[in-house]
Amino acid sequence: MKHNTWIYLTLMILTTNLIRVIPITLIRGKIKNRFLKSFLYYVPYVTLAVMTFPAMVQATNSPIAGAVALILGVIAAWCGLGLFPVSILCCVTVLVLEFFL
Amino acid sequence: MLHNSNVLNTADDNRKAFFKGLQDGVPIAMGYFAVAFSLGFMAKKCTLIPLQGFIGSFFTRASAGEYGVYTMVVQDASYLAVIVMSLITNLRYLLMSTSLSQKFSPKTPLFQRILVGCCVTDEIFGISIAYPGDLNPWYTWGAAAISTPLWALGTMSGIIAGSVLPARAVSALSVALYGMFLAIIIPPSRKDRAVLIAVAVSFLASFSVRALVNALSLSLSDGIVTIVLTIVIAAAAALIKPVADEPEEAS
Repeated sequence: MKHNTWIYLTLMILTTNLIRVIPITLIRGKIKNRFLKSFLYYVPYVTLAVMTFPAMVQATNSPIAGAVALILGVIAAWCGLGLFPVSILCCVTVLVLEFFL
Repeated sequence: MLHNSNVLNTADDNRKAFFKGLQDGVPIAMGYFAVAFSLGFMAKKCTLIPLQGFIGSFFTRASAGEYGVYTMVVQDASYLAVIVMSLITNLRYLLMSTSLSQKFSPKTPLFQRILVGCCVTDEIFGISIAYPGDLNPWYTWGAAAISTPLWALGTMSGIIAGSVLPARAVSALSVALYGMFLAIIIPPSRKDRAVLIAVAVSFLASFSVRALVNALSLSLSDGIVTIVLTIVIAAAAALIKPVADEPEEAS
């Protein structure tokens, strides 16, 4: 029997959003346990770092362009540029470099 | 009680937070449109119609998760398999949502927590966690208000057009999201040596493990690798360098 696409979509929407909502609603107070607190302090930086590299270098047509964008992005962020400027800098770097590479 | 900026957000604070969110949501929305466009192209091959792409993307907002489910639609997989696929590809949101629960002022009402929870994506989580002090939910909603429609429109356009954006544009736009991630993780790395080391180790470990997975052609999804690495590295960092027990106002 053929399954219904709308039911597939409904199940996907419900499951994905439940995963997002359950922890944030169940954990109402500040966590006191020192290990858990420390763990949660590092989670955002570690998970974003793990997702950025090597994915950023593999996302572009030329890995060299991606790598240069990564290095320039790190330098710009280190110097205190915000989300939007760093993001644009990376895009422009790839756009320009891929004319030559 | 007299006005105290730490206790309650005024309507003006909320409006400012919302507009700041909209502004920070612009690069996210740009990146989303490009990625969603190619997702839509793929969804069309999996027999989805434009309205299904729009609804699916608008309410799900999960690239890998949607990709996985759409491929199952065309395979006529079981409903249970779709639930399992959604669970596995999006399990990292469980960690992010837990982490974000600590960003709220304890006074934040339940319905606001639920609405922020629904907004969690890699990018929206990233900028929400970088918000100074307690998170004002309006900031997250501002970012979601611009990025969500573009994610959905991108998917729908991809299905309608049935062909990808010019390769050059996709390539350039594809680093927009990563550039933003850098702007989130690098400034704290400069301030806190432990974060710097954790980020450096994460880069190295991610590179090595993914290369290994490829070399051995293991069937581990990117999402699973991300979750395992996050748990292992963050736990190691927490053991080696626990955060100091600070009074309430740590930031």
